Amino acid sequence: MRARDMKTQAPKIAPQYTLYHPRWYRERVSTYWWLQQKGYLKFVLREISSVFVAVFVVVTLFQLNALRQGPDAYEHFQHWLRTPVALSINIISLCFVVFHTITWFNVAPQAIPPIKLRGRKLPAALIATSNFAAWLVVSGVIAWLVLR
Amino acid sequence: MARESNEAFYWTLFSAGGVVAALFIPAYLLLFYISIPLGWVRVPSYDHLFHLASMPIVRMFLFLLCSLSLFHWAHRFRYTLYDGLQMKHLNEVIFTLCYGGAVLGTVVAAYLVWNFV
Amino acid sequence: MDKIVLEIERYSPEKDRKPHIETYEVPVRKEWVVLDALNYIKDKLDGSLSYRWSCRMGICGSCGMMVNGEPKLTCATFLTDYARGGSRVRIQPLRYFPVIRDLVTEISDFMMKLKKVKPWLIRENGAQPEREFLQTPEQLDDYKQFSMCINCTLCYAACPVVGLDKDFVGPAAIALAQRYNKDSRDQGSARRGAILEHPEGIWGCTFVGECTRVCPKHVDPAGAVQQYKLEASVNWLKSFVLPWGQKHESKGHEDTGT
Repeated sequence: MRARDMKTQAPKIAPQYTLYHPRWYRERVSTYWWLQQKGYLKFVLREISSVFVAVFVVVTLFQLNALRQGPDAYEHFQHWLRTPVALSINIISLCFVVFHTITWFNVAPQAIPPIKLRGRKLPAALIATSNFAAWLVVSGVIAWLVLR
Repeated sequence: MARESNEAFYWTLFSAGGVVAALFIPAYLLLFYISIPLGWVRVPSYDHLFHLASMPIVRMFLFLLCSLSLFHWAHRFRYTLYDGLQMKHLNEVIFTLCYGGAVLGTVVAAYLVWNFV
Repeated sequence: MDKIVLEIERYSPEKDRKPHIETYEVPVRKEWVVLDALNYIKDKLDGSLSYRWSCRMGICGSCGMMVNGEPKLTCATFLTDYARGGSRVRIQPLRYFPVIRDLVTEISDFMMKLKKVKPWLIRENGAQPEREFLQTPEQLDDYKQFSMCINCTLCYAACPVVGLDKDFVGPAAIALAQRYNKDSRDQGSARRGAILEHPEGIWGCTFVGECTRVCPKHVDPAGAVQQYKLEASVNWLKSFVLPWGQKHESKGHEDTGT
């Protein structure tokens, strides 16, 4: 049967359809793709934590500047730290920075090539636990250095 | 072509920054910006802090902490803008703002720790 | 006999401008998987339903679809997991691929990307080997996990970067490149590196990790990509510190492999 005959017998066809190549449907990815799934949202929050890392650095640069300038400047900075604005910023930053730490150490074992010890691969849990342990030790050292 | 082969460099900085930020920032933040202002711990004296900050090893630590963390932010934020907000067409602008910001912060940090004598 | 309602995204290029949902009521048998339900629909309710399937045992990779928003192999997804009083199962074609008809996706883009990474053993001199290559179990272990990939493209449906960047090579392709890079018999890492160490290659990945979560064969493509990034960074550093004897010399454009 020739193509011409087929065409006259065909039902009403949408204009975008041709007999030889059907129109594929391509869905546009929404700007809010990251809200569509729990895993995506967690990922975007993890990435946003980097903003609060930067916020911490900015605050610390101000702290160092104040410390460098003298006791009065430092006292002024301490006073600012006690304001509600500063406390809100810092508490939110802390939440995100801790989220960064936890997600970072949890995926670290996946990101490094398997380490072999006596022919057996080191389990991921061990690597993650070591990182968290190091975190605790380092935090303790900082606290001790500053508060002694 | 040059950008592609240099991506490894930015990723390395991002990774180093990520490790440094993960290890050191939570304790530092909790201590200096929450516990001390809220009076949960005894406030360290100005002299003690100044003495600590003037030690070369501490100055190096503070510089690396600030600089690497900023490069960590620059890389991650750059990709967040590409993917999250689908702003890939503003490629050059985003790159310059992110890494430029990190470089600026690094310079400021260097200047500050250099002057702690 | 329990029944469950399936909401299936239908698309006929002759009639439709965009997909629409059609519902079908299917009996629930204890051992039935979603694929069984689809076959029931095609046999008894609506013969026009189009979808791919083959081995029905999770090894061919043909029957991947979105089931309630999750990429799944329909031959490995039990209906009873969804049949809780009044619940519906929504079945859609795999995300981030063009749809040809109903649940059938256009995968030639994936095939092109797969071929681009040269997923075969590359030997330097290209001559036929005189005898078989010997490999110890430890050497096999280095790449075995990545060799389990069945090309089902569930990871492509899970990866947001695949959806956002048409040129991104994607999780399975990079995992398969690593399968060969880590194979002791292969000598083609440099050539694959020249193709993959680009923003559309490994650097496009932001380690979302969804690909590893949905992989039915536990290949861990996310891990493969990150390990590749680490290796590429070490090589890049070496090329600076020890510029002689680099592994990553670009071998020109002799092998574009279209």
